[in-house]
Amino acid sequence: MVERALADVAASADLAALDAVRVRSLGKKGSLTEQLKSLGALPSAERPAAGQRINDAKLAVQAALEKRRLNLEEASLAQALGADAIDVTLPGRGQESGSVHPVTRTRLRIERIFMQAGFQVASGPEVEDEFHNFEALNIPKNHPARAMHDTFYFPDGRLLRTHTSPVQIRAMRASSPPLAVIAPGRVYRCDSDMTHTPMFHQVEGIVVGEDISFANLKAMLHTFVEHFFEQSLGMRLRPSYFPFTEPSAEVDIECVFCHGSGCRVCKHTGWLEILGCGMIHPHVLESAGIDAEQWQGYAFGMGIERLTMLRYGVDDLRLFYENDLQFLKQFP
Amino acid sequence: MKITLSWLQEFTPLGKTSAAEVAQQLTLAGLEVETSTPVAPAFSGVIVGAVIEAARHPDAEKLSVCQVTTNGNNRLQIICGAPNVRAGLKVAVAMVGARLPQEITINRAKLRGLESNGMLCSACELGLGSEHDGIMELSDSLALGVDLRAALDLDDVVLEVNAAPNRGDCMSVFGIARDYSAAQSRRYLTHEVAGVRQVHDEVVPVGIEATDACPIFASRVIRGINPGSKSPFWLRERLRRVGINSISPVVDVTNYVMMELGQPLHAYDRSRIAGNVSVRWATLGERITLLDDQEYLLDIEFVVVADAIGAMGLGGIMGGRRTAISDVTTDVLLEAAHWVPGVIAGRARRLGLFTDAGQRFERGVDPGLPERSIERASALLMDIAGGEPGPVQVTRAPVHQPEASQVTLRRARLARMLGTTVPDDEVHALLAAISERVETTPEGWRVGRPAHRFDLRIEADLVEEVLRLRGFDSIAAYPAFTPQVVGRADESAVAHERIITAIADRGYQEVITYSFVEPGLQSQLFPCTPSLALTNPISADMSTMRVSLWTGLVQACRENLHRQQPRVRLFEIGKKFQLKDGELLEIETLAGIATGARWPEQWGSTRETLDYFDVKADLIEVLALSGELNTAQFKADSLSCLRPGRAARIYRGSTPVGWLGELHPLLVRNLNFPSAPLLFELDITSAFKRNPLIYKAISKFPSVRRDLAVVVDENLPLAVLLENVTVSASSLLSELRVFDIYRGPGVDLRRKSVALGLILQDSSRTLTDVDADAVVNSVIARLRDKLSATIRD
Repeated sequence: MVERALADVAASADLAALDAVRVRSLGKKGSLTEQLKSLGALPSAERPAAGQRINDAKLAVQAALEKRRLNLEEASLAQALGADAIDVTLPGRGQESGSVHPVTRTRLRIERIFMQAGFQVASGPEVEDEFHNFEALNIPKNHPARAMHDTFYFPDGRLLRTHTSPVQIRAMRASSPPLAVIAPGRVYRCDSDMTHTPMFHQVEGIVVGEDISFANLKAMLHTFVEHFFEQSLGMRLRPSYFPFTEPSAEVDIECVFCHGSGCRVCKHTGWLEILGCGMIHPHVLESAGIDAEQWQGYAFGMGIERLTMLRYGVDDLRLFYENDLQFLKQFP
Repeated sequence: MKITLSWLQEFTPLGKTSAAEVAQQLTLAGLEVETSTPVAPAFSGVIVGAVIEAARHPDAEKLSVCQVTTNGNNRLQIICGAPNVRAGLKVAVAMVGARLPQEITINRAKLRGLESNGMLCSACELGLGSEHDGIMELSDSLALGVDLRAALDLDDVVLEVNAAPNRGDCMSVFGIARDYSAAQSRRYLTHEVAGVRQVHDEVVPVGIEATDACPIFASRVIRGINPGSKSPFWLRERLRRVGINSISPVVDVTNYVMMELGQPLHAYDRSRIAGNVSVRWATLGERITLLDDQEYLLDIEFVVVADAIGAMGLGGIMGGRRTAISDVTTDVLLEAAHWVPGVIAGRARRLGLFTDAGQRFERGVDPGLPERSIERASALLMDIAGGEPGPVQVTRAPVHQPEASQVTLRRARLARMLGTTVPDDEVHALLAAISERVETTPEGWRVGRPAHRFDLRIEADLVEEVLRLRGFDSIAAYPAFTPQVVGRADESAVAHERIITAIADRGYQEVITYSFVEPGLQSQLFPCTPSLALTNPISADMSTMRVSLWTGLVQACRENLHRQQPRVRLFEIGKKFQLKDGELLEIETLAGIATGARWPEQWGSTRETLDYFDVKADLIEVLALSGELNTAQFKADSLSCLRPGRAARIYRGSTPVGWLGELHPLLVRNLNFPSAPLLFELDITSAFKRNPLIYKAISKFPSVRRDLAVVVDENLPLAVLLENVTVSASSLLSELRVFDIYRGPGVDLRRKSVALGLILQDSSRTLTDVDADAVVNSVIARLRDKLSATIRD
């Protein structure tokens, strides 16, 4: 009888069948229950042994039932889960993130690098006057350098700043040395072709102290280039001319694309011009109210678009101002 | 400015230094070489020959059968198709085996049955020009058999040198040679100018009235030049290589001397000068027609060279038409003057002119040059065109003569500026390379300013000379040790970077649009806002400063829609330029535009068009960066470019900080938007101010939620309803949510049902039903009383 019950347990295909087996053997009228009820009819001497046997049988059947139930439940869960499976390769739902303009991205990186070196970030007006944009920077009226600036003017004589250098003057007038300031921002020149847009971005930097030297300027440039491009690059300084610095230099770095062997981007020279710099001209210090005998310092200025193009391999300046989503979305 | 290597070599021997090395050395000395171009491409086997006879090919009308000699004895039969081939002509002969540009090799060939042993070359075939009108006609003076490259100096290289605006002294071949030899520590600079022998003593008297403009005026009359003479090949070719067209011997010679020595000269037709010459300031309204045949209106800022009739040249810039050299001129007056840079600077530009003379004089030309350059020009001119020279007359103004000056350089300052010490003898040698007068002083050096160096004025200029001549690479980089500056971590305003990140993360792409915009579009959007117009815009569509970032954003949005982008969400941070009471305000602004679907196209969500509330949610999130969400309010308001009834002014407290709304339907139609875009702007300074954040204790006791469905008038702003709930709900109300707005069956027409969730919590105890009921009853009473609200069950 026990064997029969165990065989039925093993044979039951689902929980309902299993329950039927339970009722048949252990239910109120089940075979084992009946046996237990019939115990009273036995002679008292046989009862303990018989009772023991029946109980053992009952426990065995119960254990088998329990085991089978767990098995069946597991199987049925497994089956249900199989049917509920989702396609994990379907795209997710929700809003997409936008992007930060590559020029902004570069500006923020430049700011971060210089702020870590102790520079403050300053800003100034974009509609400037002749004094701040030219005269205070040692570019008097009729100076040949003014021709290089292609200035936008307003009827009242004001102008759109042609460089971020006026912020130098404002920063030096607003505080006293020693100081280290950078000034990023929009600048404007009346020029538009493949490699010029009438509006672009510069970062200006100045450091003024008692002993700030040309050697210090070189060290800062090396550090900046290494941090910005995240690699060690060759650098050379060429004598140049800016009215507001003396000595003045143009800075070339080893081409980031060909590493000096010559390519289209560096026009096969191996060098890329990235910024202008120099020791602040004494006249500029004086127009900012700083004693040029006691104080000296360096200044540098760079074009953010140029650095962005070199950093991200953008080969057409005009892309920055076409604002094409296909371009912008590449800069998350 | 262009120079050639062979010309440079006349003043300073270059030895075996290659063109590339010279270019590099010049660049590192501050004379940036922009391009370096060989004057001829590589070719070989082309020699000078002469045509002995040229006869028509019997079987081809356009071909000639030529007999050519390359040594006087040999005869080569060469078939030639050029129209200008003729007996006696000196020609460039590509011999059999010659290799021409573009990988052409000359072989023995048969043309229409006749043998041809080589080729007569055109300039084009040798890569020397683009002229196609026949073979090269070489100068008769060239010797037969000489390699053409040597005969025409074709191994020369043209360097385009970019001299800085303060280096007028480097605007000539000689000047560049002088600086080059100083930088290379050479002493081989040579230039001798031999004077010509005076034949007559005619002078044109010169009076200098503008003494502060023209301290020196040298002139010479040369009579009887041959008006039919032609400039020789070498002269024309040298000018051509440096980018100057050959015009006539007189003009070519003055140009040549300017390129060689740096002194611009002018030649007048002597016969057209009436009376004496005077150098004077122009009068207001004076007119002059210059060599370019244009008439110019002058004022008292210009200097003219005049005769008894009137101005005959604009001093230091360009000569006049009336006294110009013509092809019948036989007597000339040569002028070489010294003009003060400050009175020439910017004058040509004012007239829209750009001349070689003006460029040099405004930078400064050596006052020692006028006499020398007249002698040089006389010798050259007489070689070519003959003529009889008179004396060189040098007229000097009694005052304002250029004076010798000195600049001092202190040893200590030099070391402080460079950040390193340069040995005394080295400094001395470097200074001696640029000046003949260098004295030692106890503190350093005193340097006589060379007359040609207008840029050496102050100590810093000498620091630069030492650095430049020694080489910028000679200074080792050395980090500054400065007092530590502690940066600020300002919390009084939300950082720009944080704002940018937040709005970008909500699905907006940052754009940068021009600060100047198309005035037509701007006045469609802002018809009544005055704007600042540029005097000299680059184009009409970029001629007015933007009064709002929307002008550029609307444009950028349309362009992207045209590029088949159906869903566009853009933002920009930048300044807008507004005029207020005559004052210009530059206002830092965050602005944006959004159009298209609410969600990116994706599975499992319906395609709904984005509306006001989507963008409002984005703005609320960005404004919440200030930590003071409750102070941001959106109030119905109107702006001409926004759709009435769907526009809000945004406030922080009582300060207006921006706008949000839908583009006006008329503009949507006029600007061809497929659906109405949403526009927003926030004034960054006032919208993102922040007070220090203060922590509020968190309650450990459970909260209780009570929901209410309140029926109010349709036109009651939700803000008013919420305000009344908040006022009446006691401090137990910790959060108030709106979870449904319902109109329809069960709610009267012109009424709406607003479902509110009141979250109640106390910081010191668990709330009971009695507490919650009290709050709800108080709220209901207030709403009934103040807003005629009813409560739906």
